[in-house]
Amino acid sequence: MHAFTTLDGLVAPLDRPNVDTDAIIPKQFLKSIKRSGFGPNLFDEWRYLDKGEPDKANEGRPLNPEFILNQPRYQGTSILLARDNFGCGSSREHAPWAIVDFGIRAIIAPSFADIFYGNSAKNGLLLVILPADVVDRLFAECKAEEGYRLTIDLAAQQVLTRSDETFSFDYNAGLKHRMLNGLDDVGITLQRADVIRAYEARRRGQAPWLFAEG
Amino acid sequence: MNAKTLYDKLWDDHLVETYEDGSALIYIDRHIAHEVTTPQAFEGLKLAGRKLWRTAATVAVSDHNVPTKDVRNITDPVARVQLETLARNCREHRITHFDIGDIRQGIVHVTGPEQGWSLPGMTIVCGDSHTATNGALGAWAFGIGTSEVEHVMATQCLVLRKAKNMLIRVDGELGAGVSAKDLILAIIGRIGTAGATGHTMEYAGTAIERLYMEERMTICNMSIEAGGRAGLVAVDDTTLRYVEGRPHAPKGADWTRAVEAWRLLKSDPGAHFDTTVVIDAASIEPQVTWGTSPEMVLPVSGRVPDPADERDDTRRVGIQNALKYMDLKPGTPLTEVAVDKVFIGSCTNSRIEDLRAAAAVIRGRKLAPNVKLALVVPGSGLVKRQAEEEGLDRLFTAAGFEWREPGCSMCLGMNPDQLSFGERCASTSNRNFEGRQGHGGRTHLVSPAMAAAAGIAGHFVDARGF
Repeated sequence: MHAFTTLDGLVAPLDRPNVDTDAIIPKQFLKSIKRSGFGPNLFDEWRYLDKGEPDKANEGRPLNPEFILNQPRYQGTSILLARDNFGCGSSREHAPWAIVDFGIRAIIAPSFADIFYGNSAKNGLLLVILPADVVDRLFAECKAEEGYRLTIDLAAQQVLTRSDETFSFDYNAGLKHRMLNGLDDVGITLQRADVIRAYEARRRGQAPWLFAEG
Repeated sequence: MNAKTLYDKLWDDHLVETYEDGSALIYIDRHIAHEVTTPQAFEGLKLAGRKLWRTAATVAVSDHNVPTKDVRNITDPVARVQLETLARNCREHRITHFDIGDIRQGIVHVTGPEQGWSLPGMTIVCGDSHTATNGALGAWAFGIGTSEVEHVMATQCLVLRKAKNMLIRVDGELGAGVSAKDLILAIIGRIGTAGATGHTMEYAGTAIERLYMEERMTICNMSIEAGGRAGLVAVDDTTLRYVEGRPHAPKGADWTRAVEAWRLLKSDPGAHFDTTVVIDAASIEPQVTWGTSPEMVLPVSGRVPDPADERDDTRRVGIQNALKYMDLKPGTPLTEVAVDKVFIGSCTNSRIEDLRAAAAVIRGRKLAPNVKLALVVPGSGLVKRQAEEEGLDRLFTAAGFEWREPGCSMCLGMNPDQLSFGERCASTSNRNFEGRQGHGGRTHLVSPAMAAAAGIAGHFVDARGF
């Protein structure tokens, strides 16, 4: 997992509430044996005018010009501005996989669905909760100004605008430690590698047959 | 003081360290991989640039997607990609893999004990809920999800919370012709499919002590259908006789040392169990499930229940829905329920003892004309070979059963062996959920002898003396 410290990125406004995981990544893509490569099918039904299939090439598919992430001014977006209850629906971890694979590293919204929130933290996707009125203002500024960027400082738990306004946000201390250090569950356990090796050495003495090779 | 259960001992033996929040880091001795639940775990390792912590601890076998008829011809592209992906991942990481065509290939929970990959005293995991099967060896074995598979491959550990202890004590002796499958179905009928939730189950008592190893595997296999993530049986002479000489069992001085350690793998007298259930073995008859949950089970002498007799609203609706799906009328004797197909196989009942029990029922008779298809699917290539050496395949085929190649087959509808809409099956598998064996298929869980008898009679029948 990538560490998340600070991010200075182009912002795109996805102005609709209750964006569900089926919209984020439709179910036909779940048959995949992979957890990468979902980016081209992120928001598939909104992004393209035809129906996407797992074995279908995405190059040359007709794009929906209305969809925000298809517009030229939002190419290279790494921060998504969203509305209430983003990520509701199924527990599929494919949703944050697709968002991260697309290149989005943070989402700012007034609220997120619970399971999606947990899945995102496991995959290095920072979810920032700001009050609805602040999110409203950011939406207005973002839409008004082409090339609108924000800076997110996770260590300070702050969102900074270009006009040096700062908005503080809450973030769980344990998740913050993981995000700042790029630690996933495996990474955290691997920090205890010495303890695991010491266990193995002790156990090998007691039950050598458990450590037979081949 | 300090009397421990078998589960307490296995927990303590594998405890690497405990954490403030009550969880603990537990060392995993054996991980067995199959094609369905591992691709994303291997990819996760790759994306993070990680290697397997201890390669020899992981072994792999293809099973869920394997066709049992024309094994080389995998028509489903998704299945083919999963099988090829497992083979490629195993090559890349130098993991031992029994692929299609290897005589040692079989259902993951059959192959594990057969090869001595699973040994007493081990922690054993696999991305499949029926991993509990291995608990019959006095091992702590349980199913895990894909992210946990990745965690085990990368760290050889899992972060777990200790479950409660549950004792299922089966006193007395099973009657003649009553099998381990009947016993576990009766246990599930008694405690329900959530009866053991949050518990590690230990099966003990004279009836369990008298069971063969393979019968104990059938019992532990269905712990998950009772809600238990793991099921255990203490180590005894039966266990040691089974393990000795297996390809990966310890040899020589190691064997002697291992036996000494394994002899301790039983609950101490006076050990505390949070829940105890006592079953009288002699009271158990051959069982047949009538509904869409394994707890919806009755003795074969019973009748389809009447929802009107159920006072609890939720349960009554559950019974009504099940009867509708199963197309059964209240009050119908189970022996009048006709079957379209028979399936003898799955990780629950595909070992040599199961095939012998089924073959013994046939006695020169043929399948009933209303039975469209009867499959016998050995649990591994080695089981198949042994059965053929004993002539069981000829007994089955002479009666009209099809003798297939090893795999998960009709247990779960992930390969070509499936029920068609509305078909009714006498099945030795472990789940009778709606659609489990194919869209609209109707599953009745039974023992191998009961399945064979249903095939011959054309309807359910008491296999004892049939």
